[in-house]
Amino acid sequence: MITLNEVHKSFGPNHVLRGVTLQVPKGQSMVIIGGSGTGKSVTLKSILGLVEPDRGHIEVDGREVHQGDRDAFLARFGMLFQGGALFDSMPVWQNVAFRLLRGRLKRPRAEAREIAVDKLRRVGLRAEVADLYPSELSGGMQKRVGLARAIAAEPEIIFFDEPTTGLDPIMAGVINELIREIVTEMGATTMTITHDMTSVRTIADRVAMLHDGVIQWEGPVAGMDAAPDPFLQQFIHGRADGPIEAVR
Amino acid sequence: MSRVLSPVAALGRSVLAMLAMIGRVALFALDAVSHVFRPPWYGREFLTALVQIGWLSLPVVGMTALFTGGALALQIYSGGARFQAEFAVPSIVAIGMVRELGPVLGGLMVAARVASSIAAEIGTMKVTEQIDALVTLSTHPMKYLTVPRIVAATLAVPVLVAVGDSIGIFGGFLVGITRLDFNAAAYLKNTVDFLELWDVTSGLIKGAVFGFIVALCGCFFGMQSERGAQGVGRATKGAVVTASVLIFAANYLLTEVFFAA
Repeated sequence: MITLNEVHKSFGPNHVLRGVTLQVPKGQSMVIIGGSGTGKSVTLKSILGLVEPDRGHIEVDGREVHQGDRDAFLARFGMLFQGGALFDSMPVWQNVAFRLLRGRLKRPRAEAREIAVDKLRRVGLRAEVADLYPSELSGGMQKRVGLARAIAAEPEIIFFDEPTTGLDPIMAGVINELIREIVTEMGATTMTITHDMTSVRTIADRVAMLHDGVIQWEGPVAGMDAAPDPFLQQFIHGRADGPIEAVR
Repeated sequence: MSRVLSPVAALGRSVLAMLAMIGRVALFALDAVSHVFRPPWYGREFLTALVQIGWLSLPVVGMTALFTGGALALQIYSGGARFQAEFAVPSIVAIGMVRELGPVLGGLMVAARVASSIAAEIGTMKVTEQIDALVTLSTHPMKYLTVPRIVAATLAVPVLVAVGDSIGIFGGFLVGITRLDFNAAAYLKNTVDFLELWDVTSGLIKGAVFGFIVALCGCFFGMQSERGAQGVGRATKGAVVTASVLIFAANYLLTEVFFAA
């Protein structure tokens, strides 16, 4: 269970999070939606400790995230970054097996490569891709490699930051399906940030809408369309008119 | 009144910004050095950095030293002719190269080549979230990116300086025997006779300090890089300019410590 309680974060005069309170139950897929600049990425980065909140508490399974053994804490997470964030200097398989080549999860090189190739197959990439460099791949393939890296060490919690941004609708659909399948078969707790409503409907068990630094609405994906919240309705239907200002 | 004081205020702001920057670099350096002695260590990254910084800088350092040694011989010969001191060419070329020009020019060439490349690489990693990715993969960026580069540069630049010194002296020797009519054996004897061990050692110590400065500036500015191509460009420029200025400042301080009477 991931719990955020009254989390605040400002960058200079810009108050990004103004008291985010959210619970993500174990094994559930939570999707956070909201306009650009509403603090979705900052929320994920706060949980991971990449950003330190000014106020509030974040707990994972009852333990404060900024305390205790950081390596052990991070070993429980996998993350797919918006742009892939693949390491340009190493081939694909080393990107995927990064965690398995060093640190407490270190395996023999051959075994790490085998696992990497297996994970690449799981995301629909051929074994030959393993020896290519990230710059030799298309955007969709890079996302898949990022996805393979996120699941390589079989983490309990996986974060997906804009998994379909920049992809064509077919590739976006493939990535959405992959995420759903992997989440179901791994039983992981996941948080996904997206603007893509197709992703929301494919990936989510629950949906939270972040607006103006607070959770505006939260509930099961099945209840999203019928929810009376005007902010949520404007966002999911992509209307220019409504309580959310189109010019921010 | 405010119009009169505004240049002073601007100057004050610049000085404060510079002091803040020095403070941040110093804290970064302390943090980096503290990580050198704490595991985990990344041997593969260290070896890669050693090749990138040391081996691949050899051509540029060697060429710089060769031409500098040759030019130095010509300058000393023509200048020394004013007071019949042409015979001093071999010893002054040797002492000038190993004490001063070898380490400083070597350091500057490495700063131009390596500080820029480190800052651009780490800066790009930062703006493309690769640094964040490292953290989520339980890898400390300071240990994985900074420590291997700083240790490699601190060890590699003295070796580069030693090679540069030799090539520079050889450049002076070539000019001496081909253009200035020196006897080859006499030139070499003069070079060896007047050169002391401390001349060489002090230059190598300078090289180690300059190597540390170069990698430190590259890593610091890379990590500080702001978003976008412009941010990476600024980081790269900042790394090279700061490393170069710090090399000159450190060179003066070390010369004062080593050779002031």
